[in-house]
Amino acid sequence: MQFRESVFIALDVIRNHKMRSFLTLLGVIIGVMSIIGMQSLIEGFQKNIRHQMEQLGASVFQVQKFPVQFGQQDREKYRNRKDLTWDHARVIEQYCTAVAQVGPEAWQWGIMAKYRDRRTGPANHLAGGVPAFFPNNGYFIEAGRALSDTDIQHNRQVAVIGQDILEKLFPYENPIGEHIIVDGRRYQVIGTLEKSGSAFGESQDNRIVIPLSTFLKFYGQNRSLNITVLAASPELMDTAIEQVIGVLRAVRKVPPGEPNDFEIFSSESLIETFDNMTRAVRIGAIVIVSFALLVAGIGIMNIMLVSIRERKREIGIRMAIGARRRDILFQFLVEAVFLSEIGGILGILAGVGIGQLVALVSPVPASIPVFTIVLGFVFCSLVGLVFGVYPAAKASGLDPIESLRYE
Amino acid sequence: MLIELQGIVKDYRLGLEIVHALNGIDIRIDQNEYVAIMGPSGSGKSTLMNLIGCLDTPTEGTYFLNGSNVSHMDDDQLAEIRNREIGFVFQNFNLLPRASALHNVELPLIYNGTPASQRRDLAEEALIKVGLKDRMGHRPNELSGGQRQRVAVARALVNKPSIILADEPTGNLDTRTGDEIMDLFEDLHDGGNTIILVTHEEYIAEHSDRIIRLRDGRVERDESN
Ligand SMILES: Nc1ncnc2c1ncn2[C@@H]1O[C@H](COP(=O)(O)OP(=O)(O)OP(=O)(O)O)[C@@H](O)[C@H]1O
Ligand SMILES: [Mg+2]
Repeated sequence: MQFRESVFIALDVIRNHKMRSFLTLLGVIIGVMSIIGMQSLIEGFQKNIRHQMEQLGASVFQVQKFPVQFGQQDREKYRNRKDLTWDHARVIEQYCTAVAQVGPEAWQWGIMAKYRDRRTGPANHLAGGVPAFFPNNGYFIEAGRALSDTDIQHNRQVAVIGQDILEKLFPYENPIGEHIIVDGRRYQVIGTLEKSGSAFGESQDNRIVIPLSTFLKFYGQNRSLNITVLAASPELMDTAIEQVIGVLRAVRKVPPGEPNDFEIFSSESLIETFDNMTRAVRIGAIVIVSFALLVAGIGIMNIMLVSIRERKREIGIRMAIGARRRDILFQFLVEAVFLSEIGGILGILAGVGIGQLVALVSPVPASIPVFTIVLGFVFCSLVGLVFGVYPAAKASGLDPIESLRYE
Repeated sequence: MLIELQGIVKDYRLGLEIVHALNGIDIRIDQNEYVAIMGPSGSGKSTLMNLIGCLDTPTEGTYFLNGSNVSHMDDDQLAEIRNREIGFVFQNFNLLPRASALHNVELPLIYNGTPASQRRDLAEEALIKVGLKDRMGHRPNELSGGQRQRVAVARALVNKPSIILADEPTGNLDTRTGDEIMDLFEDLHDGGNTIILVTHEEYIAEHSDRIIRLRDGRVERDESN
């Protein structure tokens, strides 16, 4: 009952001082809004990546020359590594018993494809692959066929195209058997890929896959290949990774005790890398927002002190009719917490809104970060409580007669 | 004996100077007495009322209320006495400006934990008693001075206290509305309440059974009416 009275008063005060309350709460609102907004984007990203990784499969990993991220000064170090070659892939296939399929692949980013008078945008990608390319990358054939060993042996100019390419070049006709042109060379379309959605905010359907042999002939032998490896079963994943590392070290003559001169990525290790990357951002943001909320708390304390001075007479009246000191203390504490929580709720709504808005106008996905929302709300309440104590104690310590006389 | 004041002194410190607002007061007031306190401005009437109403404690002397020594009570006990034993009526009404008449009258009940359902009934009953049946939802600024003071009287009596303390309750009212408020006090007195009121007007004091006159913080005269 005392609680209801306190909430009633708090609401009334806020209603009667909308502008002042809003300005006071701006700090809380902005602090909470930014952390919730940021968190919805990070979590959206994370979910999306997880989804992609899961599609890739739990028993696939990749061997690459370069790590996912490396700084400028490390560039030289990695550049001096030996390239990964088709021969490496053959050796893996031959000696690693826990491995089911090996798919060496190469990529050319940012190509454009043409068919008759139609053309795609410039942001599509060309892959050189082998039959294992499709299962190892989680691609499925929708129509026609995948690449075959014969395509590879004869350097055939054939292509399997993704959905984006299909929509752009063949809105009406059946693409199978037609010829498209990429970088001035003709390829016969032999198959199309099922839609696979987007990852990292980028479409996964803007791909054209041609035989690796053909790719290397046209785009040069002097490049490091990525090698995708499918383990014989998910349980054999670790064994397969060990075998691949052992074989590659032997072939590439890495002395014992030296680190690998290549990188292994599994979906697990990629998720971990991403989590580590965002953890720093997240912790940084939480620290900054904590400071923002502390400053906002001081604002709340200030407005409470002003409010108490204005309502001295009200306090006197309440004391005269029997409010105990702790009743007054409680009333102003509830008011401070309530005020802060309203700011928190507005901030949460704004943050979620911003996340969704960014997701709407950009390819970046957003999710609703439940844990952070709860945390933000609790933190706001705490800020209100901590910074409400001093003003509330001051109000409850007022002298009733002096307060009654106050004009 | 309901109220027993013995050798009450109240000093105020104003910088280096000490103001003796009350200078040794001995008063005894019985259950259901109707007492008027009079005296020139600054003679200590309000100070005395605040002490009787447990809003303040004396510098010296003892105060027995219903046989218990108020001078030894802590803040919480004083608050409880103000809530249960005493109803205040002030010259300037002292209502919460943004609360309805009903809510203003409910306030004392909120602080003693009366359940919400009963609270409403009791507050309505009190407002009906002072003749404001059709003004319950109005805020103080939507009421006339006389009506505001009626709300204050309703608030004072809602907890059924034994003592009603009124410090110049008609001071801000014209003669006719003042008389209406005095009629309310008359009713309360007939209903068994003890009434102590401060006034500057002889014709208001006429309503009481006993007049105590103060001068310079002392009782100058104390006689029945
Ligand atoms: N808080 C205070 N600080 C200092 N002096 C005070 C205080 N309260 C009252 N006084 C002094 O005590 C004396 C008695 O004041 P009090 O208010 O009791 O007079 P009063 O009889 O009610 O006067 P009035 O008829 O004008 O209301 C006055 O001299 C006043 O200045
Ligand atoms: Mg006075």
